[in-house]
This record gives sequence, C-alpha cells and structure tokens, in this order.
Amino acid sequence: MPTNLKNKDIISIKELTKTDILNILEKAQKLKQKPQPKLLSGYVLGSCFFEPSTRTRLSFETAMKKLGGSVIGFADPSITSTKKGESLYDSIKIIGQYVDVIAMRHPLEGSARRAAEATDKPIINGGDGANQHPTQTLLDLFTIKECQGKIEGLKIAIVGDLKYGRTTHSLAQALINFNARLYFVAPESLQMPEHICNELKAKKIIFSKHKNIEEIINEVDILYMTRIQGERFPDPMEYERIKNVYILKESMLNNVKKNMRILHPLPRVNEITADVDNTKHAYYFEQAENGLYIRQALLALTLGKL
Amino acid sequence: MSNQKKSPLKDIRAYKVFAIKEGTVIDHIKAGKALQIIELLKLDSNNKIVTLGMNFPSKALKKKDIIKVEQKELTPEEANKVAILAPQATINIIQDFKVVKKFKVKIPTLVEKLLICPNPKCITNNENMITRFKTNVNKNSVKVHCEYCEKIFDQNEIKNYNI
Ligand SMILES: [Zn+2]
Repeated sequence: MPTNLKNKDIISIKELTKTDILNILEKAQKLKQKPQPKLLSGYVLGSCFFEPSTRTRLSFETAMKKLGGSVIGFADPSITSTKKGESLYDSIKIIGQYVDVIAMRHPLEGSARRAAEATDKPIINGGDGANQHPTQTLLDLFTIKECQGKIEGLKIAIVGDLKYGRTTHSLAQALINFNARLYFVAPESLQMPEHICNELKAKKIIFSKHKNIEEIINEVDILYMTRIQGERFPDPMEYERIKNVYILKESMLNNVKKNMRILHPLPRVNEITADVDNTKHAYYFEQAENGLYIRQALLALTLGKL
Repeated sequence: MSNQKKSPLKDIRAYKVFAIKEGTVIDHIKAGKALQIIELLKLDSNNKIVTLGMNFPSKALKKKDIIKVEQKELTPEEANKVAILAPQATINIIQDFKVVKKFKVKIPTLVEKLLICPNPKCITNNENMITRFKTNVNKNSVKVHCEYCEKIFDQNEIKNYNI
C-alpha cells in the first residue's frame, strides 16, 4: 500500500514506518530501471550545506537534475549570512520562499527538525551532526535488498565504530523492521551503545557482540564495514593495538557464503584493502550509486510527484 | 541517619516547623532540588510566606527537602512542573491546619521550555528557541528525550533549567 509522503519532512529514520520505507525503496527501484528526466521539471531544490559534504551534496543535486528539476544553494556556510549571525530558522524561512524542497546538512544535532519548523516546504535531512542521516540508511536498505533479493530475516554484521557512528545506529534501528539477526563487531570501547541494544531487545531482535571479523564472517549475508577513527581513542596505544583487527582483506573471504556482500558508507581509508574490490563480494561502489536513486525517490515523493 | 528513623524527635520537629494554617506543603522533594522548585514556581516573588527545609531524613529518598507556602493552593499545573525536578514529590493542600488534599505529582508527557539540553551540540543550545522533551517514567527513574537532537537523558543529567 503506497504511503503519502507529500510535503513530509524526512528528518529521522525512526519516523518512517516499514510501509514508508518499502514504498521509498520501490520508487527508487523504478527510477533506477526507468529514468524520468522530466518528472520534476519546473521544481527547484534548495541545497543548503551549512557544513561541507561534497559527496552528499553532489548526490542530491544530481538526483534533482536527473529528474529535470533545478538547484540553487550553497556548499559552504562561510558564504552565507549564517556567518553574520543569522539564525538557522531565519535562513531556512527565507530559502523556503524560493524553493520547493530543501536538502540540508548542518553540524548541529536537531538542526533539520528546527529547519522544518521554519518552512512549509519539505526538508530532507542530509545529516545533522552526529544525529541522523536518513538518506544513507535508506540507500543501505535499498542496496541490501538489491543484492540479496530481500531484507527480511538476513544475517547482518556491522563492523567498526559502533559507538559514535550514526550510520551504524540508524541502520541497526531500521533493521528492527525487518527481523534481522545482527552481529556487532567492534573493540569493546566502541561497541553499540546501550540505548540501541535496549531498543533491539525490546523489539526481540537477536544480536551478539564480537571482537573480530573472523568470528562471524562465514555466517553472514551482509558485512557492513565502517571506519574506526584513531581520534576516538583516549589512549593512542589502544588504537595501535586494535587498528589492524578491523581491516578486511581478500584472504579472509575464502569460506564466506556465496551470497555474502560487503557494504561500506564510504569514504574508506584502509579498512577494506584494494584486493577485495575485485571480488564478487564487494558491493560498496554500487551502494554509493544507489544514493542517487534513493534521493530521486525522496525528492519526487515529498513533492507529491510519485 | 538510620538510627533516627524512628526517633520521635524527628516527627515533633517536622510538625513544629511545618504546621501551617492555610497553604501547600510540597513534601518528598529529593534533597537539593527545593531551591530550584521555589525559583521555578516563582514562589519567592508572590509575597506569600515560604518556608524551606532541607536535608530531612527520609526513608525513600534518604534525604529530602520540604517547601511550605502559606495562603496558596498549588494548581495541578504547577504541581506537574514540580514533577520534573522532583518526581517523587507529594503535594499536601492544607486548610485550617488539616491536610484536605494530598496527591503525588505527575510528570507531563511533554515538557516545553523548562529543560536545557545537556548536549552542547544540540541546536537548542545554539539558537534562540524553546526546548521540547518527551518524558518516560520507569519506576523511580525518569528519562527525558530531546525532540531535537534525539538524545535520551536521565533526569539527573539535566543540570540546567530555563527558569
Ligand atoms: Zn537536545
């Protein structure tokens, strides 16, 4: 059953129902198969990047242009009046008068919700500090479905910085809807926070915590890799000790399931070695491309054109 | 402290300090919160006599504060405001030296403006705006959930109030 996302803000993955999510994925799939270069002709996207993020910005702007719409905006807050002390509320209120839909990124948590209060135009959150980045989660789900044929009931390992990584939190929360079996692979000091684990328990999602990739790699359908940043460790010695444990190499793939696919939100630094790229298990570049279709679907849905 | 629990002295003292003719007694306030409650309810600026007692021994709270306001009946709305600072508080309405109404405070499900988000990176701490928290009561713990940064805090983690 299609849900109506017209004029809705896409701020937090937690606010989307399973039906909403499946609807977005289905529309993205259709747009991937059959481009619609005139669908949003005459519409304008406000691309408001209060914090630089070239990849996310280009993905939103390309998505709009591929649907025939146009884009105004800024890539760097230093050129806007925010620098002069204008409130986010005022900035968005004004921009909302020019455009039909806004994609934004901002360094402060909760900024997207605040922005949504300033305008009637739909706000699509492209990342509000360490809080939410729903388009990333949606493209992750889309990619999982694409490479596995389903999302329901899969065995999914999430590896890396699970404590601070908003991507990993949102993904785990979204997978509650799909009855996933989750494996959290991280050093103890960067394990999944308790409030997320409690949420999973309350929803009867089975999960387990692991210290290295080898423990689970041969069991899972999806290996979701993320980067561990050295600066997260209070003790540099601890980082030196563990950093090599969370690097995926081709030699580790000998006994994995045939259908196993490796995802990564990118950019990667060294956590997946280049020799993995040429295996059939590597799926992270396809994943990055899928962001385009998810963002097209969200733009068209919030504008009521799908 | 425990050897005082059954001391008759304690009861006599509490009675003497707190006997009032008309007004409200806010009891079972977690020790240390009374001053904030007085501020929050603006009890210091309404010309009524306010008595404040701190660090009384208490079974449930170990130590408690008590506030007495004369000639003022706390409204349920004011009582609910007390709840977020002192979830265990009880309100006694006094008429002619007798408790005519006694009730426990109830935490509103949505608290606007009052709490300041402990997350320095929350938009609410960086823009001129009111905060909004959902509350979740679980036995003796109160959790508050910032609607903006979406972080969940224990009530004890809230250090600053917008009073
Ligand atoms: Zn907050």
